[in-house]
Amino acid sequence: MVDIPYTSKVRPDTGVYNAKIGVWLFLASEVMLFGGLFSAYIFLRIGAPEWPGMIQGTMYTSAADVLNVPIGMFNTFVLIASSVTMVMSWAKLMMKDFKGFRVQMSLTILLSFVFLVVKAFEYGDKFAHGYLPAESTFLAIYFTMTGLHALHVIGGIIVNGYLLGPGSKMWKTNPEQFTNRIEIAGLYWHFVDLVWIFLFPTIYLL
Amino acid sequence: MASSAEEKTAHGHDDHHHEPFWRKYIFSTDHKMIGLQYGFTSLVFLLFGFSLVAMMRWSMAFPDTPLPLVGLIFGEDLMPGGIIPPEFYNQLGAMHGTIMVFLGIVPLAVGAFGNYVVPLQIGAPDMAFPKLNMASYWCFFVGGVVMLASFWVPGGAAKAGWTSYPPLADIETTGQTMWLIGMIFLITSSLLGAVNFLTTIIQLRAPGLTWMRLPFFVWVQFVTSFLLLLAFPPLEAAGVLQLMDRLAGTSFFLPSGLVVSGELLTVSGGGSPLLWQHLFWFLAHPEVYVLILPALGIVAEIIANNTRKPLWGLKSMIYSLFFLGFMSFIVWAHHMFITGMGTTISTFFQITTMIISIPSVIILSCLFLSLWGGSIRFTTPMLFALGFLPMFGIGGLTGLPLGLAPTDIHLHDTYYVIGHFHYVVAPGTILALFAGIYFWYPKITGRKMNDLLGKIHFWGTIICMNGVFMPMFIQGMAGVNRRLYDGGATYESFQHVLHWNDTMLWFAWALGVFQIPFIINVFLSIKKGKEVDANPWESTTLEWTAAPSPPVGHGNFPEIPTVYRGAYEYSVPGSDADFIPQNDPEQKEPVMEDK
Repeated sequence: MVDIPYTSKVRPDTGVYNAKIGVWLFLASEVMLFGGLFSAYIFLRIGAPEWPGMIQGTMYTSAADVLNVPIGMFNTFVLIASSVTMVMSWAKLMMKDFKGFRVQMSLTILLSFVFLVVKAFEYGDKFAHGYLPAESTFLAIYFTMTGLHALHVIGGIIVNGYLLGPGSKMWKTNPEQFTNRIEIAGLYWHFVDLVWIFLFPTIYLL
Repeated sequence: MASSAEEKTAHGHDDHHHEPFWRKYIFSTDHKMIGLQYGFTSLVFLLFGFSLVAMMRWSMAFPDTPLPLVGLIFGEDLMPGGIIPPEFYNQLGAMHGTIMVFLGIVPLAVGAFGNYVVPLQIGAPDMAFPKLNMASYWCFFVGGVVMLASFWVPGGAAKAGWTSYPPLADIETTGQTMWLIGMIFLITSSLLGAVNFLTTIIQLRAPGLTWMRLPFFVWVQFVTSFLLLLAFPPLEAAGVLQLMDRLAGTSFFLPSGLVVSGELLTVSGGGSPLLWQHLFWFLAHPEVYVLILPALGIVAEIIANNTRKPLWGLKSMIYSLFFLGFMSFIVWAHHMFITGMGTTISTFFQITTMIISIPSVIILSCLFLSLWGGSIRFTTPMLFALGFLPMFGIGGLTGLPLGLAPTDIHLHDTYYVIGHFHYVVAPGTILALFAGIYFWYPKITGRKMNDLLGKIHFWGTIICMNGVFMPMFIQGMAGVNRRLYDGGATYESFQHVLHWNDTMLWFAWALGVFQIPFIINVFLSIKKGKEVDANPWESTTLEWTAAPSPPVGHGNFPEIPTVYRGAYEYSVPGSDADFIPQNDPEQKEPVMEDK
């Protein structure tokens, strides 16, 4: 492996290190991915005579009647809290407090699991009543978008789990780069959080 | 990465000698090896995609006639008695388009040339993220294998065209699911590549290499990467939606009350086939520029080098490039004029389409004007580059009638469209890619390719390509539809242009034969080519002037160069030689910061 410049040091004329540009570019592409799905949502909803419409013989006129708003609200706060602990874990590293980092990072991962478990119960309840993606356009876009978001949450858990576990050895050899990695993982995590903050009102409330 | 790098800096650049075979040649993180992997894989795919169309042209010229030998490969299920039935013809068509675009030209233009040349031209030891680079190649490889394997699943490969329009694509056989999964791998690959290229160009430029000193080829890869980064995700979204339609039974693209083969589909309905078209073309129009921009970059390098002159209007070329990249995101619906869109919307897209032709014309004009007054060296790469200019011109100009709704409604889905975009990508982009291979071959091997074989390859290729694609305009204006397995034989009104099918068949097969000198040349020249020094074309850019040919293993440069001047200082008045390398320190002091 060769020595790549600016992996942990900032390049003076651009003001950033490599991975930071990389993650922002990646997030730009993610914006286009979810942007495409949100556009699809708008497109389908404009073309629908009623929204959410007929599901299993019942006519719904409000998404809040199909989905459980308080549970979605609870999950929103769970994710926001996990974003806070994510920032804290990075701040702890900046203050050279490795133990504090481990606590905050463990909390972040714990909150991510809480989100997923709640989501799984929500899905399970829908499935139990036969509310499957094939039933209606509303359920189709609901399951697709929240499912893709859940995959992003799982991706975040894998990255954060690595950084808390085997990846944290780097703190001993190269603390500067390790701190950068936490910052990068944090940027991704805030993005996943932000997607949900748009998803929740769009699908559950509007 | 840096942790291991820090430990190993003491060992310098000799580490690659100790790397085991699989590390050096298979799971390599060296951008040069990855570039070569991309190059060989995509050339094989290009040949395979070409073979598919060679079969299709046979079916169009001689419908329902057994094709000797080939039937054995695809078996009795797909080709009963060696005959190409309509269902199999549709698979060939869909896979020809998919393979040529996503597995042939893009990986060759971006994956291979971008990977090999960009870090060398900007004086970087490697890409910014070598491991991501490796992952990008292997995602591409898996995507390609999935695509190829789809021929042998029940029902064969995808049959809904390379555009995969629903509702047809939604109710297709398993091959379509394979197509979608393959595309998701390819999109992931291009995403990783795009992030890597952009970061590399922004962060790893050598000291003194300010933005305006970048060679045009680097600019081109920069804009292309932005297009890949931002245009592909909506197709990924669309691919996910279509997968849901096919696997979970949703109706994103299926309208209510759809009747298939006389039976009402039992789906919830409420979706829209137009949604797919919008998401698909939002990708696929920028994708056209992903196909053509790297070609323009290669041609620009070769023209400057072989006219021994700076590029005419380099700055206006760069600005045009950015404007073109931006505009390519707001022209997509000109592919959809016959969907019944309102006149307001269609006017908007007609206007943007006319506007986007302006920067393309500026770039092409600059390249033509660069020839003016130069003492041109007719080297093999220069022949291909010169061939590219008028061919791309034909391709571009024949596109204008397709960007205007009144003419497009007549020409839509005819062979005119096929002729138009093939002029852009085949005698256009592919000629430029060949030019690039002849041009950078000495960089890779330290030897030149054979000129005689190269010239046979050039003249055979350009003549045959015109023989294949020019008659398509004639047929298209006569109204012959695309995607007819018999080439239009059943239509009374097409009879007077059907004899062109025979012409196109023979030219297409001859085109295949003329690739043999090229294949021989590539392999023969590795050992037998004329040995050359580091800078055989007397070029100014860093890949030639600061690194030996072939470059030193992993790390590229004996030492990272410093840049003192622009990329095209050819025939500078008062200078001893007719070129001044970018890293030549005389005359000017180094400048670190760019504004």
